[in-house]
Amino acid sequence: MLVPGRVFADRDLVEIAAQEKALEQVCNVACLPGIVTASLAMPDIHWGYGFAIGGVAAFGLDDGIISPGGVGYDIACGVRLIRSSLRIRDVRSRVPDLIRELSRTIPAGVGRGGDVRLNHSEMDQLVAGGVPWLITRGYGWPGDVDAIEDGGVFEGAEPALLSTRARERGFSQSGTLGAGNHFIEVQRVERIFDEDAAAAFGIFEDQLCLMVHSGSRGLGHQICTEYVKKMAGAAARAGIKLPDRQLACAPIKSREGEDYYAAMACAVNFARCNRQVMTHMVRQSFEYIFKSSAENLGLDVVYDISHNMARFEEHEVGGERLKLCVHRKGATRSLPAGHPDVPDIYRASGQPVIVPGDMGTASYLLKGTEKALTESFGSTCHGAGRVLGRMAAKKLIQGHELRTRLEGQGITVIAGRPSTLAEEAPEAYKDIDRVVDVCHNAGLSEKVARLTPLGVIKG
Amino acid sequence: MPLFEVMEHTADIGIRSFGATRREAFENAAMGMFSLLCDIDKVEARLTYKVEVEADDIETLLVEWLNELLYLHESEGVLLKKFIVTELSERRIVGRCRGEHIDHKRHKLDADIKAATYYMLRLQQTDRGWKAEVIFDV
Repeated sequence: MLVPGRVFADRDLVEIAAQEKALEQVCNVACLPGIVTASLAMPDIHWGYGFAIGGVAAFGLDDGIISPGGVGYDIACGVRLIRSSLRIRDVRSRVPDLIRELSRTIPAGVGRGGDVRLNHSEMDQLVAGGVPWLITRGYGWPGDVDAIEDGGVFEGAEPALLSTRARERGFSQSGTLGAGNHFIEVQRVERIFDEDAAAAFGIFEDQLCLMVHSGSRGLGHQICTEYVKKMAGAAARAGIKLPDRQLACAPIKSREGEDYYAAMACAVNFARCNRQVMTHMVRQSFEYIFKSSAENLGLDVVYDISHNMARFEEHEVGGERLKLCVHRKGATRSLPAGHPDVPDIYRASGQPVIVPGDMGTASYLLKGTEKALTESFGSTCHGAGRVLGRMAAKKLIQGHELRTRLEGQGITVIAGRPSTLAEEAPEAYKDIDRVVDVCHNAGLSEKVARLTPLGVIKG
Repeated sequence: MPLFEVMEHTADIGIRSFGATRREAFENAAMGMFSLLCDIDKVEARLTYKVEVEADDIETLLVEWLNELLYLHESEGVLLKKFIVTELSERRIVGRCRGEHIDHKRHKLDADIKAATYYMLRLQQTDRGWKAEVIFDV
């Protein structure tokens, strides 16, 4: 190991991680060339492939590496929170209709194409121009980009580096939710912890909000697949000995490293556009159900974060300001008030951090902190983190029983198949309250609001 | 001996396949992967695709063979059930696979496999033939 491994957790959470191979994976990452300070893991850490999920690792630009496995197959998988001017006490009875309408409008599940079909030139413009380009095509409001990381367009994307295969997998999938752990939830703001930050984020108690969790779909999966294969050779040529082949990587300043970054950037823009198209569909669904305009219903984007990414950032390390390539695989940026990467509208409050929980418990809205910059390269957790495998979850829980139980809790559920429900059952995840508390107490992020689910669409 | 079995992993899922030869272990790994996606008994072998992949070594070839089939599944919108490896060397695999277009009325899709990974990848000779292990990102 070139640097220590450092896991943010309480005693129980670290014991769960130790039972799996997650801690071993944190150690493996600590062996990669150019790693700075420590191989970090957030409290939602769990066993992944290559890097642990919940991992954060930063590498020096001159001697460091970039690794597609350190970003994952679902490049820029992330979460978007949309607020409304509605109070649940006024509209609770309409939530089941709203959920049904959303599931009719937004394609979800395996093998479902979307309504947005792109040709080659449109694909080039979308992956290079990101959300601002999409808005010129009528998908969303100009103000949306003020509440998306990087203003909705990640610099450095080179459409020429998108393979034919990545394009083919992406053509029909823009504006589709996908399957697995991806979801759309109608939520209620149950509790506010920080009145000032909540006001800055436009959040109030009993508010109806909507959360979208989705990624770059087949386009991102294909890019990762291609570069993991390419980089196995690149690592060997650079004399890098890999403890695990899934950690395949290349020097940041190499042809393979630069090409991967430019292709990854395309997938980042694709993922954000994907969530933007769904935002557009969400607004249409609300208009249909509530017979009022989306503007009147106040359907603004609170924020859009990506939790699987690598990016160049400046950080202070040992009193020196260094430009680093920070990998976050299942971790969210957490930036304090005043940081230049926080959008203007939140510059005074700090960056909103969105943490989705399991479908029966809660999700959180947090804000970024100064301490995260010194402790975790400006990072915090990304979710609850799995604790049970999918098969174990299915053995333990029946999909239809879970549906009945959730409906008993007042949660409407629409899922493509009962087995998804069982795989994604609350029991399969760690306690989100605990994960968020560890981050809060460690100073990696601060709690702003807790949101509980009222309606769930699962792919 | 079963043709394959499912391996549990907290976030993802894997397939352990068996065969008298390496070719069979490759074929059964593919069948195992598609059995995670759907009930392959409900898939009919109407269409045939030829698959050809090259890689630096045979383990990489196993992962890339499965990724090639996933690409076919997604780009062509097909489910596959029969896999015949006609040529297999350390660096090259040639095979045929058969299946049909997804019909959401007849086929219930159970999972979205993003990719076959290199994590804990194994291809081993055993007393009874060959064993292959692959973890998928789902």
